[in-house]
Amino acid sequence: MRSTWRGQGALIYAALLLGAVVMLAPLIWMVLASLKSLPEILTYPPTLLPKSLRSANYETVLTQSNYPRYFVNSIIVAVLSVVSILFTSSLAGYAFAKFRFPGRDLLFILVLATLMIPFQVRVIPLYVLASDLGLLNSYAGLVLPSLVDAFGIFLMRQFIQSIPTDLMDAARADGASEPRIFVSIVLPLVKPALAALAIFTLIVSWESFLWPLLVASSTDLYTLPLGLSQFAGKFLTRVDLQMAASTLTVLPLLVVFLVMQRRFIEGIATTGGK
Amino acid sequence: MRRRLGISGRQTIWAYVFLAPAFLLFALTVFFPMVRAFQFSLYHWPLGSAPKVFVGLDNYERLLTDDSLFQKALVNTLYFTVATVIPTLVIALAVALLLNRPGLRARGVFRTIYFVPVVTSLVAVAFVWRVLLEPSFGLVNGVFRLFGLHGPGWLADPAWALNGVALMTIWRDVGYYMVIFLAGLQTIPRDIYDAAEVDGASRWQTLRRITLPLLNPSIVLAAVIGVIYGLQLFTQVYIMTGSPQRLAGGPSDSTTSIVLFIVQQAFRPLEMGYPSAAAIVLFGLIMLVTLVQLRLIQRRFEY
Repeated sequence: MRSTWRGQGALIYAALLLGAVVMLAPLIWMVLASLKSLPEILTYPPTLLPKSLRSANYETVLTQSNYPRYFVNSIIVAVLSVVSILFTSSLAGYAFAKFRFPGRDLLFILVLATLMIPFQVRVIPLYVLASDLGLLNSYAGLVLPSLVDAFGIFLMRQFIQSIPTDLMDAARADGASEPRIFVSIVLPLVKPALAALAIFTLIVSWESFLWPLLVASSTDLYTLPLGLSQFAGKFLTRVDLQMAASTLTVLPLLVVFLVMQRRFIEGIATTGGK
Repeated sequence: MRRRLGISGRQTIWAYVFLAPAFLLFALTVFFPMVRAFQFSLYHWPLGSAPKVFVGLDNYERLLTDDSLFQKALVNTLYFTVATVIPTLVIALAVALLLNRPGLRARGVFRTIYFVPVVTSLVAVAFVWRVLLEPSFGLVNGVFRLFGLHGPGWLADPAWALNGVALMTIWRDVGYYMVIFLAGLQTIPRDIYDAAEVDGASRWQTLRRITLPLLNPSIVLAAVIGVIYGLQLFTQVYIMTGSPQRLAGGPSDSTTSIVLFIVQQAFRPLEMGYPSAAAIVLFGLIMLVTLVQLRLIQRRFEY
């Protein structure tokens, strides 16, 4: 009995390990290729480690593209989106969780209904809207479709429901105003949910591609994915440069993830959204 | 009584105040655009100086009966969705079940590694996989060669290109659904397993009769998210199948997805009407598939 369990245990580790190799191999290959020269990447049989460590590819990427600018743009758009979604979601989640008012259920169904209308279905009218509002080629235009999120409202509502209503009633009896109660009682208690939502929004914003592709026409407004695709298009056969640029694009969020991975994973587990 | 009414009146006002920012933004960026998508779909409208021309349901008729590229995009998108969602969920579930076994060491490390692809930029890893799938020197066919097999042409072969895109997508998404399943598994109390063991249930019986039914909410959630996400296929195709000769969707339209079709029709040259009809078809498809799925899966595992 015991030995079969051990045999099985080894099999499980072997399977998990194999999977882990498959998960990491493309990324490791990307980093190694980014350090190689183009002929070395194309040789067969392939070399595992670069013959010599060279940063030439990275130097070319940084001189031939405006990578720092793309990076800053991605951060600006992500911050705007995170701030707006945290603000709107926590306020609306609070209203749905703790207030009684006419139309509450209907309004909540409306919120959930927006989940069935993905961005891709609205992309053309959104483009026309951005154009009508004069927001094409601006930060405001870039962030326009990512200012509010039904999942965020749903998540905040779930969390705020678990806060005892007595806390708020006591503050009300002490004469605290409603905004005050929200800021000094509700918000501090839902910090974990806010962190989860912020991380989730950051991931979504960081990889957003279709909308910036349509809205940002000047390279000054390119976000990282857009800058990367434009750069790779310019150097279509230069796999070495593409891998260096890809590494630079993957790295920032990967570092944030490795530092705060528990929050990331809990964030996805609690929001469950995409 | 009057005082209570006063309080509830104030409560109502505050509730609406708190809801206002979210609903103003929903109105601006979701409801209004949705209504306009329906409206646009009834017009021929090259954005800019040219006027809108009302054409009724012509756009839909052309899409569904006359446009072989759209029909191809429809089939491609459905194929891609099935070819990614099923393997992704099965692998993610298997990994989650393995990671959830009591006494497993290095669980956290494995969980982190499987999750890493999720936080990589989709555009970046699409470029990486484009190279990995290269038929002659790519890593994937290199692995095939190790086993003495001749790998397919992947992105260069119309019969295999969409599979290549699907393979990359499965790789990237497994960790995401693994986390959803792990969260679901954690809500199943250990006592149930202890009881099953006392009753002499086999591993397989425990999995089929306890774990899967109790995991049903997570499975439904994952399937619905996965299908909605799959139907929105765009970025991978745009990056992986583009070439100087052809923007994306090749070879011979074998990877054109609905969203790629919408974007290409809308912006080259500008035309807001016809692709809006395609967007409405996509919307209908998402609604239909989601509702059918919720029905089917719920019934299947009902206890």
